[in-house]
Amino acid sequence: MNTWHKLKWPLIALALVLLFNLLSTPGFFRVEIKNGHFYGSLIDILNRGAPVMLLSLGMTLVIATGGVDLSVGAIMAIAGAVAAMQVNAGHALPFVLAASLGAAVAAGLWNGLLVGYFKVPPIVATLVLMVSGRGIAQLITEGHHIRFNSPPFEFIGRGHFLGLPFAVTIVLVVFAMLALLCTKTAAGLFIEATGDNEKASRYAGVQTRLVQFVVYTICALCAGLAGLITTTNVQEADPSNTGVGLELDAILATVIGGTALTGGRFYLAGSLIGAILLQTITTTILTRGVPVNWTLVVKATVIIAVCLLQSEKFRQLIWRRKISVL
Amino acid sequence: MSLAVFQRNVPFVATLSVFALLFAFASARYDGFFTLQYFVSFVSADAYLGIAALGLTFVILSGGIDLSVGAVIGCVSILIGVLIEKHHWSPLLVVPVALLFGTAMGASMGAVIHCFGLPPFLVTLAGMFFARGLGFLISLESVPVGGALANFNSDVYVPLSSRAFVPATTLLYLLAFLIAFAVAHFTRFGRNVYAIGGNEPSARLMGLPVGKTKIGVYTLSGFCAALAGVTYVLQNTKGDPTTGLGLELDAIAAVVIGGTLLSGGVGLVAGTLLGVMILGIIQAIITFQGTLNSWWTRIIVGALLLAFILLQKLIQAKKFQTAKTFQTAK
Repeated sequence: MNTWHKLKWPLIALALVLLFNLLSTPGFFRVEIKNGHFYGSLIDILNRGAPVMLLSLGMTLVIATGGVDLSVGAIMAIAGAVAAMQVNAGHALPFVLAASLGAAVAAGLWNGLLVGYFKVPPIVATLVLMVSGRGIAQLITEGHHIRFNSPPFEFIGRGHFLGLPFAVTIVLVVFAMLALLCTKTAAGLFIEATGDNEKASRYAGVQTRLVQFVVYTICALCAGLAGLITTTNVQEADPSNTGVGLELDAILATVIGGTALTGGRFYLAGSLIGAILLQTITTTILTRGVPVNWTLVVKATVIIAVCLLQSEKFRQLIWRRKISVL
Repeated sequence: MSLAVFQRNVPFVATLSVFALLFAFASARYDGFFTLQYFVSFVSADAYLGIAALGLTFVILSGGIDLSVGAVIGCVSILIGVLIEKHHWSPLLVVPVALLFGTAMGASMGAVIHCFGLPPFLVTLAGMFFARGLGFLISLESVPVGGALANFNSDVYVPLSSRAFVPATTLLYLLAFLIAFAVAHFTRFGRNVYAIGGNEPSARLMGLPVGKTKIGVYTLSGFCAALAGVTYVLQNTKGDPTTGLGLELDAIAAVVIGGTLLSGGVGLVAGTLLGVMILGIIQAIITFQGTLNSWWTRIIVGALLLAFILLQKLIQAKKFQTAKTFQTAK
């Protein structure tokens, strides 16, 4: 019930944007099957939105503990850079995946260490990796863009599975796993408890440090996967541009999805909807022929609108005005 | 008491030591580094970053954060470029308009943060998207600025020696620093900022104007960002909507390396000046070295940031212990 109440606003917003497209863009909802794969604007939205969807899933858990992870964009770049170097060095696919995701996990452990054990405020702790992570990625590729040609590896970002883009499959699998983890085990409870009141949770026996360690690692792992998708999609590792600014999109998707930045209750499905909403807006702007430079202004307006709706004080203000009108 | 004052200034002393060490290292190692001319040039190079960082210092001292400074710089620079080059406005009119825009932007973000109790992080993030987007709406391409504004920096300067000239933008930077210093340490507003950053509920109970001050710091930061945008145009003689991408992070790094606690309440405006100079020296050393690539800048800045954050944690932990000995309750 409560979940539905929270998911209502992002769903209504998504429905409005889709309705706008239904009325104004002919063929927006057409899904065709070519060579056994689905094609169409809707599939395209899911496919292009996959990296931010993955990031927002990981980000949701971090934000639920009352933290934030600014380094996901840099982690994407690191994972992509490591993978491209290993592929070109001629290593087998399992090794490439292990190396790149391992690098992402290491980054997550580092963030978890700073936040959980050194008690550094999350914005600052992850800022360190955000600033230096891109430098590390450039160090790995020695500043070059690394092109590669390896069909099995490229399957991650370009392949299809059961007719859907494989990237979408990855998102669904990660979502299912995280949802199971949070509803079928006590992990979800621990995460919410940590975000609600860290001190009280610790006194109640929740290992809050471990919880923070785990969520930052999961978030980094999601970022690593997102980095692999982005990198394989364009067949090139670009350490200076992969994932730039995506941390903000992920945070935005999470907040739109109903998870408050202060921590506590979190909504994985809401974050997915938030990410899809963002991508739908971007795609709509593109297909409508509106100049791309409007995207940022529209995004800013959406954030402020959603934040205001979630603000207690703002709702009171509106409520009072309604009464005075009556 | 003297111990408390000393403890509070440990980060600043650390910043000063790091600066002195880096400066001594670079002077000993590289020919031509230890000259007045070079010193002026590397301080001047970071003038617009420095001005933005000064405004940001107040926001961070009050316990908030402002992510929009980089985007405001970009937006203001292209606004100036287009108004002068495409619409042929007089620079005397354009500069006040640009400053007013930044100030209004900061004031509205501050008002939203205070009136609706939204997290500064989110509101200024939206502000960043908005300002960046607005910049791209004004023009997608960078616009070269000619005329009086372009010549301003080469026409107005103070000669220090036969080879060292302090350009107008650097004078502006120093003036901004002096004003910021005075505002932070010798005005009611400055003391309120420290008080709110130290403990907002206590500040409120003491009857300090919390709301007004909070809106004030974001307004000040917006104004400084706009002034930084003007400085950018003077220095580079162009308006560019992509300017200042990620500059907010450099500015935050400079403030933190300068010894200001991100939790608010503790820090010095002079520290920020040093923090910006440390970033400048790192950049200069990497340029002088030649064999080091530019990405080392980011890694070293990250490492320094980390070192200062851990130092801050150490001091806070000590302070907590001292506080514990005084009050047994809680």
